[in-house]
Amino acid sequence: MTTENTDLASQTKIKPYTINFGPQHPAAHGVLRLILEMDGEVVERADPHIGLLHRGTEKLIEYKTYVQAVPYFDRLDYVAPMNQEHAFALGVEKLLGVTAPPRAQYIRVLFAELGRVLNHILNLTTYALDVGALTPSLWGFEEREIGMEFYERVCGARLHANYFRPGGVHQDMPAGLAEDMHAYASSVLDFINDMEGLLTENRIFKQRTVDIGIVSRKEALDWGFSGPMLRASGVPWDLRKSQPYDAYEDMDFDIPTGTTGDCYARYLVRVEEMRQSCKIMKQAIEKMPSGPVMVDDHKITPPSRADMKNSMEALIHHFKLYTEGYHVPKGETYTAVEAPKGEFGVYIVADGTNKPYRCHIRAPGFAHLQGMDFMSRGHMLADAVSIIGSLDIVFGEIDR
Amino acid sequence: MAVESIETLGDYIETTMQPAILGMAIGHGELMFTVRREHLRRFMAFLLNDATCDFKQLMDICGADYPDDDERFEIVYNLLSLRHNFRIRVKVRTGENTPVDSITDIYSAAGWFEREVWDMYGVFFNDHPDLRRILTDYGFEGHPLRKDFPLTGFVELRYDETQKRVVYEPVKLTQDFRNFDFESPWEGMTNIQLPGDEKAVKPDVGADLPSLDELKSGEKKSA
Repeated sequence: MTTENTDLASQTKIKPYTINFGPQHPAAHGVLRLILEMDGEVVERADPHIGLLHRGTEKLIEYKTYVQAVPYFDRLDYVAPMNQEHAFALGVEKLLGVTAPPRAQYIRVLFAELGRVLNHILNLTTYALDVGALTPSLWGFEEREIGMEFYERVCGARLHANYFRPGGVHQDMPAGLAEDMHAYASSVLDFINDMEGLLTENRIFKQRTVDIGIVSRKEALDWGFSGPMLRASGVPWDLRKSQPYDAYEDMDFDIPTGTTGDCYARYLVRVEEMRQSCKIMKQAIEKMPSGPVMVDDHKITPPSRADMKNSMEALIHHFKLYTEGYHVPKGETYTAVEAPKGEFGVYIVADGTNKPYRCHIRAPGFAHLQGMDFMSRGHMLADAVSIIGSLDIVFGEIDR
Repeated sequence: MAVESIETLGDYIETTMQPAILGMAIGHGELMFTVRREHLRRFMAFLLNDATCDFKQLMDICGADYPDDDERFEIVYNLLSLRHNFRIRVKVRTGENTPVDSITDIYSAAGWFEREVWDMYGVFFNDHPDLRRILTDYGFEGHPLRKDFPLTGFVELRYDETQKRVVYEPVKLTQDFRNFDFESPWEGMTNIQLPGDEKAVKPDVGADLPSLDELKSGEKKSA
């Protein structure tokens, strides 16, 4: 019997074969089509095919005025929409030579950090789902929904906010929102602790993540990684600290870094980032000054509704702004923000007209997914799922 | 060598890499170099390895199309130095049939970004290990971000119930594509004589057209 078995094993050869992973696989986090060349259960080469969600955002923006271009940024990384708008708003402000008033800067910081919490809740809980833990996502989505309600209260939409505009934010926060958000920044910490209780020392979770998809410091830099992907590899780099924009300079927070660069380190970095984000949210609310939330130049920002009823000038400004838009002086800029997923950059070329001549969007997930090949080589098929989850990819921004 | 500002860094790069550089500019606090296409690789390797520059990260590559220029495409590289906390932008120009050297062996991150530029603009990269389309459909024709590519594209697809598969068809628009330039007549129509505006400077075009009064009386003065 034993001899027969050994004979069979020596005679049987497993041919290298390819697996078509996705684009409709739940662990592909959207429309990722991954061609995996396998040697048995081991990945030899991973070739991500992207572009299934390509909508031509950059081309569309070339045909839209600067005002009309803002909503396209909500549709990129739809998990944390306002963070994308932030980069565009800052870039256009740089070209126009205006600075948002202090209150607007604090509101932006507050909502950018809320976006980070929402993003990390979604990523970490669905990541846990990928590797076999159901409960965190059931708890997490409840907390996330509360956060989305703050989006709704401030701008009227859960997802497509269109709230950060060049020159400030569209409208002031309604009464009572600051208090509720302050309370949320405390209560969400309980959820984070609960989630950590479920995952951080969980034997199965650690077996699936520790020493999987290790990225060295050198590799992370070479492949253009940013955000938690870079920090988990031990590079203390965060644009909020190193190149502070808006009110981040006045905020007191720490940058968590990992030491091992594996999937587990990326998980830990994101968990700690949520705690720091809550800290920033509280500070932003406590320190928030009063005052206008938009620059007072009605060539680039709309006049108030009340003014429009009484002033011809205001009515003309409103009409011109929402038809022709404003003309941005000739120039170009690459402006980046620390989005939840990493460095989200916008390269805008203005030619003096009311539409951008070129608007390139640098999505962090694009560079991260590119690293999928070298990260998954030599790992098992199940580890590829683990690595995809830890990349925190959203196809809205990768495919644009 | 410690670098205090992008101005000193710009001067340093300009003096060291003089033959490769076509132009240097600083705008909105951002340093920008235009380099000769044939020296691109040397310039990039210098930015990566020189201790004063130390641009360890390639953040972005993108193209831009200027159809009126001799070499219509501009390839824009955005780099980041973590040690010195500087960004730099490097540009090269190229034409439709002139390839650009790939920098994938200098910065691994360039791979997909160069594929995207190839896909969107049709700029070919020499020695790229895997230059395929990346964002567009399998079998897509054309390069969509070129300025002469229409926004609505050429083909659309739908699921055909009879053939039981997705079919491609030429784009049918139910109304013409509209693109408003929003130029106001007071600013834009400088070459046309508007009725009642005769006192203004005489325009070149439309000056020989009959005035409003002439049209009303139904007779035209000597032509």
